[in-house]
Amino acid sequence: MLMPDPDPRILARREAIAARLRAVVPSAVIDDPAETRAYECDALSAYRCPPLAVVLPATTEEVAAVLRVCHEEGVPVVPRGAGTSLAGGSMPTADAVVVGLARMNGVIETNLDDRFIRVQAGRTNLSVSGVVDGAGFFYAPDPSSQLACAIGGNIGMNSGGAHCLKYGVTTNNLLGVTLVLMDGSVVELGGPMGEAPGLDLLGVVCGSEGQLGIVTEATLRILPKPAGARPVLVAFDASETAGACVAAIIRAGVLPVAIEFMDRPCIRATEEFAHAGYPDCEALLIIEVEGTPPEIDEQLRLIRAIAERFDPIEFRESRSEDESRRIWLGRKSAFGAMGQINDYMCLDGTIPVSTLPQVLAGIARLSGEYGLDVANVFHAGDGNMHPLILYNANTPGDLERCEALGAEILKLCVEVGGCLTGEHGVGVEKRELMTTQFSQTDLEAQMRVKDVFDPGWLLNAAKVFPLAVSAPRREGIRNAA
Amino acid sequence: MRPESEEDLSHVIRSAREPLTPIGGGTRLRPGEGQGERLNVSGLTGITLYEPAALTLVVRAGTRLSEVREALAAEGQMLAFEPDLRPNSTMGGIVAANASGPRRVQAGACRDALLGLRYVDGQGEVIQNGGRVMKNVTGYDLVKLMAGSRGQLGVLTELSFKTAPIPPCAATLALPGLDAASAVAALTLALTGPYDVSGAAWLPGQGALIRVEGLEGSVAIRGQALSERLARFGEVAMAEADPWSRMVPTAAEGDLWRIICRPSEAPGLLAALPQPLALDWGGSLIWVAMPPGEAPSLPAWSGHASRVTGAAPLTLPAPNPVVQRLNASLRERFDPRGIFASGSSCRPILQKSS
Repeated sequence: MLMPDPDPRILARREAIAARLRAVVPSAVIDDPAETRAYECDALSAYRCPPLAVVLPATTEEVAAVLRVCHEEGVPVVPRGAGTSLAGGSMPTADAVVVGLARMNGVIETNLDDRFIRVQAGRTNLSVSGVVDGAGFFYAPDPSSQLACAIGGNIGMNSGGAHCLKYGVTTNNLLGVTLVLMDGSVVELGGPMGEAPGLDLLGVVCGSEGQLGIVTEATLRILPKPAGARPVLVAFDASETAGACVAAIIRAGVLPVAIEFMDRPCIRATEEFAHAGYPDCEALLIIEVEGTPPEIDEQLRLIRAIAERFDPIEFRESRSEDESRRIWLGRKSAFGAMGQINDYMCLDGTIPVSTLPQVLAGIARLSGEYGLDVANVFHAGDGNMHPLILYNANTPGDLERCEALGAEILKLCVEVGGCLTGEHGVGVEKRELMTTQFSQTDLEAQMRVKDVFDPGWLLNAAKVFPLAVSAPRREGIRNAA
Repeated sequence: MRPESEEDLSHVIRSAREPLTPIGGGTRLRPGEGQGERLNVSGLTGITLYEPAALTLVVRAGTRLSEVREALAAEGQMLAFEPDLRPNSTMGGIVAANASGPRRVQAGACRDALLGLRYVDGQGEVIQNGGRVMKNVTGYDLVKLMAGSRGQLGVLTELSFKTAPIPPCAATLALPGLDAASAVAALTLALTGPYDVSGAAWLPGQGALIRVEGLEGSVAIRGQALSERLARFGEVAMAEADPWSRMVPTAAEGDLWRIICRPSEAPGLLAALPQPLALDWGGSLIWVAMPPGEAPSLPAWSGHASRVTGAAPLTLPAPNPVVQRLNASLRERFDPRGIFASGSSCRPILQKSS
């Protein structure tokens, strides 16, 4: 992974910069190379680089003070939530200060009547729901890493999850943020209903991958929990049939909260790992609906009637909590299971659901051409694919071949009218592919937004945009310094 | 000027020497807007793609809402954000205003249903962002930035939306005995329980209104459960006529104001206001008429108020200076020549709430 060369002038000033940071946040600066190694990568662990220093502030004021120092020193900053990015969103460079939010995990306000919770941005996704669960509420976006991932990172990447079909992704559930700009100024964005006068700055900050500012606090919409939920498992003898069944369900006007898809390679791996008792089939769907028991029955009757038109091998309806848990078990263990048998790379291109059969066939063809197996597990209702490319990190050349196959699969997603990433973000991983989806003019329009929020291009600057495209801005700044 | 294509539009903008006001149907203009030469976008029309099974609709920005509603209804679908129908209202205008109706409490605003767009910026450059798929985090979300930008950053040319199935059944409960301030508690009760409420409003003469939608059996179950829970607020009846298409009022006299607040703040604000014309979104949205030129005098709250009709634009409280600077800089980057005259809602406003 090509990253910009570190600025030797900054490397030479490491101690002086660390001392300035210590002066504003005395006990929260890490610059011992043995300790900064813990921050050398995120969940895209193939690429590593220890940062210049790490700061773990505890308050918005401390974040502002740290950014002010970095701004004055011209030091690049990489924001970090819990470091679970699959796209390298918080991967540092050697001349960068990592600003980690791990200590900022408090709850600021819970307001059930107005249906929001305000938390510090380092708080984990699942523990937000944990605060309001007892009162019958939840926070809807549920990325697979929700036990570990931080709300700040969710906002940076506009994270999704399995239940987006009904509840939307982070941006649809975010009402406001406290944002610290690179010059240390602090602004409140959003408001009740997520609205503020003027332009929707909250909307463009969400998903900006930590390039516009550092989110230190967030107001999140919480929703009353449904009376209950129940999954069904439907097995098919062909992936295409499963895909057609998804389209038919959506077309019929039934909107389940989740429709998950797994193909044979994925089913086989998870069975060996989790023993969920999945049927022997080419593809399966897990469809979940919500409501009171009679409401659930009503929806499942409709879904069964539609599914039967596609001759399923099995239609397994959960009749107990335990059966529901077993139906979800394999899906939720899918990534862990694949990790047991292989190294893998997880893509998350999104496609129009109507092109599902075409894309699955295309992935199978490419998989054969590159000689690497691909297992598919994805959010079928919204077309968010998750092809897992299996490779062996110890075989020289395998990672490069895997990345080349990944790029081809993502180009296919764009060709059929989809996009490079549905919920993981661009980061460093898909940066160079951006020109397959956007023209230079399109990218220029996006970069102008960064010019406004971070004129010095110091915040997470080597991400999102192809390096050659962002170079004049990043280097222009340096040369002017 | 009424360009017929994106290229024409781009040419018009490139060669413009005076400020322009992009106009669709011209039905949602606010005070201070529409002062430039009218750039009529209603020539860019037509549905370019509609895939009901993918819940996806792509339209040119000048397409009328009425045409879109008809095309969707023919397939049993709708725009879940429920924009209010005004004669000649165009999809571009709806997006530029982020116009969102009662179902926002359940399904989100216009900006939440908007999957992608194309626009022409102040230099005449054609830019696309987002796409036609429901989950897309590729690059910055300029889709959200453009939604509600009121023609200040560029002229919208093509829009893609997520559509939704029309619920087979709907029921509206009415609590006619409640005034606006006391209705908020009833609406809050409905919105904080497992009832999947798709409308929570108040209208003069009709009282609190709560809508549930879905499959027939489900609507009956939730309607019944809600009626029982709401009984402590007084009489609960089924609403006779559908009130939901009339939630954006007009002011017969004076200026129309739109106030955004937390529901729990609404009773305090209502105490400082004349009788409102409507409440929506569970009390988060208050519509009220004020005497011409007069600003409401409100206690401190977490939202904002804007004058929607009348002589001069006004937003309370005055925006934060850093936010103002970001707004102004974005406008300058998207439209360096200042061609798009529309709107003053981002212009520094010095008057303060007293």
